[in-house]
Amino acid sequence: MTEAARAAADAARTTAPHAVRLTGVAKDYGPVRAVNDVELTVHQGEFFSLLGPSGSGKTTLLRLIAGFERPTAGRIALAGRDVTALPPSRRDVHTVFQDYALFPHMTVEQNVAYALTVRGVRKAERLARAREGLATVRLDGYGPRRPAQLSGGQRQRVALARALIDSPGLLLLDEPLGALDLGLRHEMQAELKRIQRATGVTFLLVTHDQEEALTLSDRLAVLDGGRIEQTGPPLEVYDRPASAFVAGFVGTTNLLRDEAAVRVVGAPGTYSIRPERIRIAPPGSVPGPGERCLPGRIAEIAHAGAHTRFTVRLEAGDDRLTVLRQHTARLPEAARTGAAVNLVWDTGDAFAVPG
Amino acid sequence: MPTTDRARGRLAALLAPPLLWLVLAYLGSLAVLLLSAFWTTDPFTSDVVRSFTTDNFREILGTPVYRTVALRTLGIAVTVTLLDAALALPVAFFMARVATGRLRRALVVAVLTPLWAGYLVKAYAWRVMLGEHGIVNAALEPFGLRGPGYGVSAVVIVLAYLWLPYMILPVYAALERLPARQLEASADLGAGTLRTLGSVVAPAVRPALLAGSVFTFSLSLGDYLTVQIVGGRTQLLGNVIASQVTLDLPLAAALSAVPVALIVCYLAAVRRAGALDSL
Repeated sequence: MTEAARAAADAARTTAPHAVRLTGVAKDYGPVRAVNDVELTVHQGEFFSLLGPSGSGKTTLLRLIAGFERPTAGRIALAGRDVTALPPSRRDVHTVFQDYALFPHMTVEQNVAYALTVRGVRKAERLARAREGLATVRLDGYGPRRPAQLSGGQRQRVALARALIDSPGLLLLDEPLGALDLGLRHEMQAELKRIQRATGVTFLLVTHDQEEALTLSDRLAVLDGGRIEQTGPPLEVYDRPASAFVAGFVGTTNLLRDEAAVRVVGAPGTYSIRPERIRIAPPGSVPGPGERCLPGRIAEIAHAGAHTRFTVRLEAGDDRLTVLRQHTARLPEAARTGAAVNLVWDTGDAFAVPG
Repeated sequence: MPTTDRARGRLAALLAPPLLWLVLAYLGSLAVLLLSAFWTTDPFTSDVVRSFTTDNFREILGTPVYRTVALRTLGIAVTVTLLDAALALPVAFFMARVATGRLRRALVVAVLTPLWAGYLVKAYAWRVMLGEHGIVNAALEPFGLRGPGYGVSAVVIVLAYLWLPYMILPVYAALERLPARQLEASADLGAGTLRTLGSVVAPAVRPALLAGSVFTFSLSLGDYLTVQIVGGRTQLLGNVIASQVTLDLPLAAALSAVPVALIVCYLAAVRRAGALDSL
């Protein structure tokens, strides 16, 4: 490669168009607006998540990008090309479905090679690439089996290999881990991340599991009621939620409104205090500089494995705050149900959220 | 162990009556039929003579008329089956994947209802429609065409009409079971409509088509009334057997072994194709 060609290639990479660009996308089902005026940009090579509760429009958004649905309004561009009017077969996108949607009458190998078969790739090459794909998802030797002979986790891997076989510009994943049990889900999360790094394909994951979105994504968008509430890197969304909904949905939080805010935080408005930011101190302890300290009684203690969740009723106004402490954290001896305690937090940890 | 013995005894008591019925009444009558095919009749009294002979089969194989009739019957059964498959596919596809709610239920009822109507009524209705001054000729007249009249074509049309529900229903069930996600997955991986039909829909429908064809094929092979009503002078295995029953029962039995043999061959072929697994 000459200097000029390399420079041109570099320039192409830095000015490469976005993997996904949605402008003003809306989708109506009869009188119901499932997706409302969505603006979204996903960068090349990014692991991006659409996070939201069921009915938030995240799956509809994914189906719009895949081409299974046509938007009521707005434009959809993939890699700089407007694909709004194109059918799924003519978009450089593959999907991993929630129920995997493997073809039951085909072998694993035939399933994985399907996209190549459709394009008329020679059989020898098809088989070689299917084996390669199966190796990537650690299913070497499973080629001749039928999907019915595989476990849920294995089917999941086959679906992944099938969708990645011809290195699409974008991979859509529709709650791919929802059907797996907890242990397998954690294992597959790590696998997804590894495969995404290894292939460099842009991943767009739809999930309602905030932990999954937070651990996997480079960036994520939180959806509610068909609208994007906030877009950003996981830590930013967690630490600085743009709305009360985001604060409540991404992680757990103590949300304080109006009079409760005045009583607890000392100012009017809507405030969020993360439960892990609150410390439990013995009664009568004195707050340090920049700390807020309120007396209360422990109403409830729930041991949830690695951490313990306390519900504390504050003396003033009967407000209840949730406090999360690591098992290893030092707690006052008297921290049991009904005990009087002081709750302490840095004033900076109570932050105002819009609405 | 006594408990399993008792359980076994109860199971035997439960299964004995239906098994007895199946073996004696059902398979037994078939065995008698096959056996009587090797008997003969007294040429003067037409009484059955129970002495073993293979004359009947020799006569069937040696007489050109019987061979022609057998081939004609087979041809009609195959044509009816293909015609029903061709008609059932689009109808079942529309019912299962296009129509929804009320329309789909109405279509299922429309397909099922004719099964309750009397066989003779339907056959005679077709006789009237296909007659010289029937609705078929009246409808075709402006185009300078005429209906098929009574004959082989009429038999094919009426049999195809009679057995069509037996083909539509299994194909409809198979298409309805086919998850929409699989069609989407196929399109998602780059396949056009034709490719999806060939690679995803066809394999799902194939066992159902074969199962339906078992009905249309065997029912057509055994039919003898339709041909009498709309067949004109056409002879099929069914009515040849019917006309021989009173004259020469052993010959009729030998003749009826022909469709039985054909159906057994067909079932074996279908079984090898794996269609009976889902029946």
